Amino acid sequence: MGSASAAGHGINITHDKAKDRHVTVYVMGKACLVPGDATIMGAIEYAGHQIIRGAGCREGYCGACATLYRLPGDYRIRTGLACTTLVEDGMTLAQFPSIPAGKAIYDIETLKPDVSAIAQTYPVVFRCVACNTCTKSCPQGLQVMDYVQAAKRGDIAQVMDLSFYCVACGLCMLRCPAEITQPLVATLAKRLYGRHLRKESRELAERVRQVEDGSFDPEYAELMAMSREALSQRYYARDME
Amino acid sequence: MYPEYMAASLRMVDETRARRLELAKKPEPVYPPMDAAERRAVLEGFHPDFKSDARRPVRVGPNRGDILTTEVAHLLESHSWLRPEQVDLSRPDFETDLLIIGGGGAGCNAALTAMKEHGVRSLIATKLRMGDANTMMSEGGMQAAVARADSPTRHYLDALGGGHFENKPELVRALTEDAPKVVQYLENLGVVWDKEADGSLQVLHGGGTSRKRMLSCRDHIGAMIMRTLMDEVKNHPDMIEVKEFMPAVELIRDEEGRCAGAILYSMDSEEFFVVRAKATLIATGGFGRLHIRGFDTTNHYGATGDGLVLAYRAGARLMYMDSVQYHPTGAAFPEQIAGFLITEKVRGAGGQPLNKDGELFVFPREPRDIEASAIIRECVQNGGGIATPSGRVGVWLDSPIIDLIHGEGYTAHHFAAIHRQFLRYDLDITRVPMLIYPSLHYQNGGVEINERCETNLPGLYVAGEASGGVHGRNRLMGNSVLDYNVFGRRAGLFAGEYVKNTTLAPLTLSHLDRHERDLADAGVDSELVTPILLPSYAPEDVKKRQLIRGGNVLPGSSVLRNRLHSDATL
Ligand SMILES: Cc1cc2nc3c(=O)[nH]c(=O)nc-3n(C[C@H](O)[C@H](O)[C@H](O)COP(=O)(O)OP(=O)(O)OC[C@H]3O[C@@H](n4cnc5c(N)ncnc54)[C@H](O)[C@@H]3O)c2cc1C
Repeated sequence: MGSASAAGHGINITHDKAKDRHVTVYVMGKACLVPGDATIMGAIEYAGHQIIRGAGCREGYCGACATLYRLPGDYRIRTGLACTTLVEDGMTLAQFPSIPAGKAIYDIETLKPDVSAIAQTYPVVFRCVACNTCTKSCPQGLQVMDYVQAAKRGDIAQVMDLSFYCVACGLCMLRCPAEITQPLVATLAKRLYGRHLRKESRELAERVRQVEDGSFDPEYAELMAMSREALSQRYYARDME
Repeated sequence: MYPEYMAASLRMVDETRARRLELAKKPEPVYPPMDAAERRAVLEGFHPDFKSDARRPVRVGPNRGDILTTEVAHLLESHSWLRPEQVDLSRPDFETDLLIIGGGGAGCNAALTAMKEHGVRSLIATKLRMGDANTMMSEGGMQAAVARADSPTRHYLDALGGGHFENKPELVRALTEDAPKVVQYLENLGVVWDKEADGSLQVLHGGGTSRKRMLSCRDHIGAMIMRTLMDEVKNHPDMIEVKEFMPAVELIRDEEGRCAGAILYSMDSEEFFVVRAKATLIATGGFGRLHIRGFDTTNHYGATGDGLVLAYRAGARLMYMDSVQYHPTGAAFPEQIAGFLITEKVRGAGGQPLNKDGELFVFPREPRDIEASAIIRECVQNGGGIATPSGRVGVWLDSPIIDLIHGEGYTAHHFAAIHRQFLRYDLDITRVPMLIYPSLHYQNGGVEINERCETNLPGLYVAGEASGGVHGRNRLMGNSVLDYNVFGRRAGLFAGEYVKNTTLAPLTLSHLDRHERDLADAGVDSELVTPILLPSYAPEDVKKRQLIRGGNVLPGSSVLRNRLHSDATL
């Protein structure tokens, strides 16, 4: 796929033996022989699947590729994102590209950034039994249970902070015995924080006003009338912060 | 862990760090920035766009005779999935005022704005899930001239200079002038911006900025904005209908030459659906998954340039589709994350590109095309690259120096995603540098638009990465997050206005017949069927067996099984 190839640049490199090592993984039950250094996603594709559900950004941001797996001789259910988790020999895996969850409908303007918002939208949060399964299943390593607890207290700022890197893969809510929909709570809390708890920027308000008042119109007109040469001169002579 | 043979080079990086830290602390640039002549030389000598076979004239359509990126020319000279006689246009499956193709940032903004400003209903049809989009992935930031030392006109000049003065001026004005308002609008929707203690927005440098202007949401600006927009879209199910796994495969026109909707294709059932719409917005994003010149990409799975194909066949003109943006710093090691984006902010925060001897060879914040070309030159011409076990090559990006400049913990906090990503492979970027090489990142050009997001085809609007003209032939960091917000909103505003005074004539797909005739007249012999929808990463032997089974090189048969896209055919 890639062509940042050393060969193409005339650089000699030694052959990597590890690349030739293959392992067996069970993709939704079926045994497949795949390269030993593949990601789970790479392995599924190596086996010839055209993934439709279960792949999105392929870099760990979008949460489309939630995967459950077990390793041989280990009773534990493990969780990971297929795009960033490496295969291991004997791994049995299944993808969960969509996990049912009912998003609440709300008007972010009128919600209050406290426990009332949580009670109105996702009261299921109060069922949390503090078992910590969510935290253990988070492929991002987030303190999920702590933010659920913060949500129960109405500490919106803390929910925002602790859930900042949630990719909404949904593995926590799949495993949660209290059937909480953690990622939805995380999104709500971030929006509540940004809308209601932020510190206002006077600078920003001023700048928006300046634009609306047309303060920059004359300078735009001048720049837009300049020749390419004149613009280029001005550009290369501009001072840098 | 880096392989043993890289140890000597890594040691040199460690040894030169103290000296480079001194440089970083001085007000002067750590390495002399290039002047105009030097920039031209490195571009023409080393940028992939300047390779002799990188571009060729396209033989059909509105841009016939123009020189385009070779892979794009192939794409435009391909066949449709459909033949007009196969489709019954008289009974549309869905009707809407505004059809939005693509559920990324531009698409969501347009739907929300059309609703808010005009009370117009829309239907968003998207290829994968909502938010499976380049928008979700941006790390670094968004430019907006909000600081007192800055001004929108300064931003204008920086963007023009970065685009080598080829951007459409009215688009750059819209981009830079709307920016402060966009920041406020996003904040009111609930986006959590990084702020200073007094509430002012935190600003940083990016490549090609003369003032600190890069706003951020830690290193997750994309996810922050995308999730906020999607959440808001889903709060209005009565006004905005969403169809996932339903990509558009062709535009529909009416008999008076307007764009009048699209044909959607269900990825699950392989059915085709007719959507009749008074206005249509293409917000399909970029084309990284075409792997132009075989490069790895930073883009999401569905970034296959579909919007270009759809618009082109329906008669819309493209602009600057002869230039490709390679992000200077994609991961070159480990192999599993080859192409993974290392945000430019790493260099904004003091990260330095170094050759195998641990020496600087370029100013770390040149515009992207210049920086990328300089890195390629260092590897190809100067022998300064480091080879990887799997056959790639790269240079170091010194990240440990960042905590030395800003204090311990800075990297883990501000670059959490990258830090976490590399830790999975036992590489702690606060201790060891990253190995990087340019990665296919951004579609600089696209369908030509004006400041109202209109195209030369009435009723067809385009916004975001699919559009052309805003960035000239080189987009600066932070200007495309801004782009999909500014122009996504504008598309909603102006398309929303347009639908109010539009009545459609009967629908037609006659443009597909015309396209087939053009192909025949030009003597084009192509087996490619587009839009591509998804790339295939099956091994070549598997692909061959799939094609034999499918046996279907003609358009009109199963899309999923007719996966012609491979390095061999593109
Ligand atoms: C890794 C990465 C990091 C980035 N970082 C930054 C940054 O820091 N700053 C910055 O300014 N820019 C950045 N960018 C660029 C920026 O994020 C994108 O250019 C921008 O988000 C594009 O928005 P969009 O709405 O136009 O397209 P997208 O967000 O890509 O949305 C397009 C949508 O259309 C869908 N689609 C595609 N084809 C079809 C079809 N045929 N039918 C229906 N739907 C279809 C796609 O699936 C997708 O959902 C980055 C890009 C990447 C990939």
